[in-house]
Amino acid sequence: MRARAIVVTSGKGGVGKTTTTANLGAGLAKLGEKVAVIDVDVGLRNLDVVMGLEGRVVFDLIDVLEGRAKPRQALIRDKRVENLYLLPASQTKDKESLDPARFQDLVRHLLEEEGFDRVLIDSPAGIEKGFQTAAAPAEGALVVVNPEVSSVRDADRIIGLLEAREIRENFLIINRLRPRMVARGDMLSVEDVVEILGLKPIGIIPEDEQVLVSTNQGEVLVLKGTSPAAVAYLDTARRLRGEEVPFRNLGLDSDAQGLLGVLRRLFGGR
Amino acid sequence: MRWRRKSKDWAKERLKLVLAYDRARLSPGLVENLKRDLLEVLRRYFPAHEEGLSVALEERGEKMVLIADIPLR
Repeated sequence: MRARAIVVTSGKGGVGKTTTTANLGAGLAKLGEKVAVIDVDVGLRNLDVVMGLEGRVVFDLIDVLEGRAKPRQALIRDKRVENLYLLPASQTKDKESLDPARFQDLVRHLLEEEGFDRVLIDSPAGIEKGFQTAAAPAEGALVVVNPEVSSVRDADRIIGLLEAREIRENFLIINRLRPRMVARGDMLSVEDVVEILGLKPIGIIPEDEQVLVSTNQGEVLVLKGTSPAAVAYLDTARRLRGEEVPFRNLGLDSDAQGLLGVLRRLFGGR
Repeated sequence: MRWRRKSKDWAKERLKLVLAYDRARLSPGLVENLKRDLLEVLRRYFPAHEEGLSVALEERGEKMVLIADIPLR
């Protein structure tokens, strides 16, 4: 992606925005970029615990926006990988002070004066002010969607709002895909979601228990794991950097796929 | 050849319909009302039946069109 300020958003809550932000941020850092991940979910701070950095929060985003702390003081450096920094949301302060223009200035400052290559912005759920603020500095967006009706519907709404804001470099992250359910026709496939939403995927992340395990431990999966989601997140980070990385066969039995393929050919269509 | 209708096919069809309304900023109930009113007007001119009358939104490329299918007999 050419965009250096990228908002991670979804409309619907609970689809994996925060996990995606943490893993892509860490993945990009692992690949050599200097990355800031910013939690904009004021009042419901979560990126810090997902990344295991909750014990090191001193200042937060609102402190920076209101001038009580310098960006450098508030950014928490992740010690597990070089060049990964977290700017946590405020858990208690008034979110009314979350001013889109000031936030935009802050992100510009990080990119232009603090030497960051990329800023990933973890948007709150919803389409209200929190989202609007998170999207204000964005040049591109990652729309996290689960292959499920409510998530797809909300993603469509968000895509409309992004376009209205003239944020154009947008991609889907299709999260929590269950290849077996897709194979038996009980889950929307990647192709279905792409067809409905009319946006290209840049990441396809399979459902993976290790996501929860690593979150429990405060580890970022992409830095440790070799599990399917860890691999898929690192692939996604590479694609974000412009590498050509083919999408993997997500653990579908070659058997089942082969059989399905044969049936499709035999009966022409589904 | 028709297999058991897969649950994802339902999902896809329902999504396409609801998104058509969402994108057009219309409520599905409004179109139901339009259908009722349309029938009333139609009946002034010729015998029309509710049966088979369909009014639906359809996406044609960038455009959203309202399609009324009115069987005359």
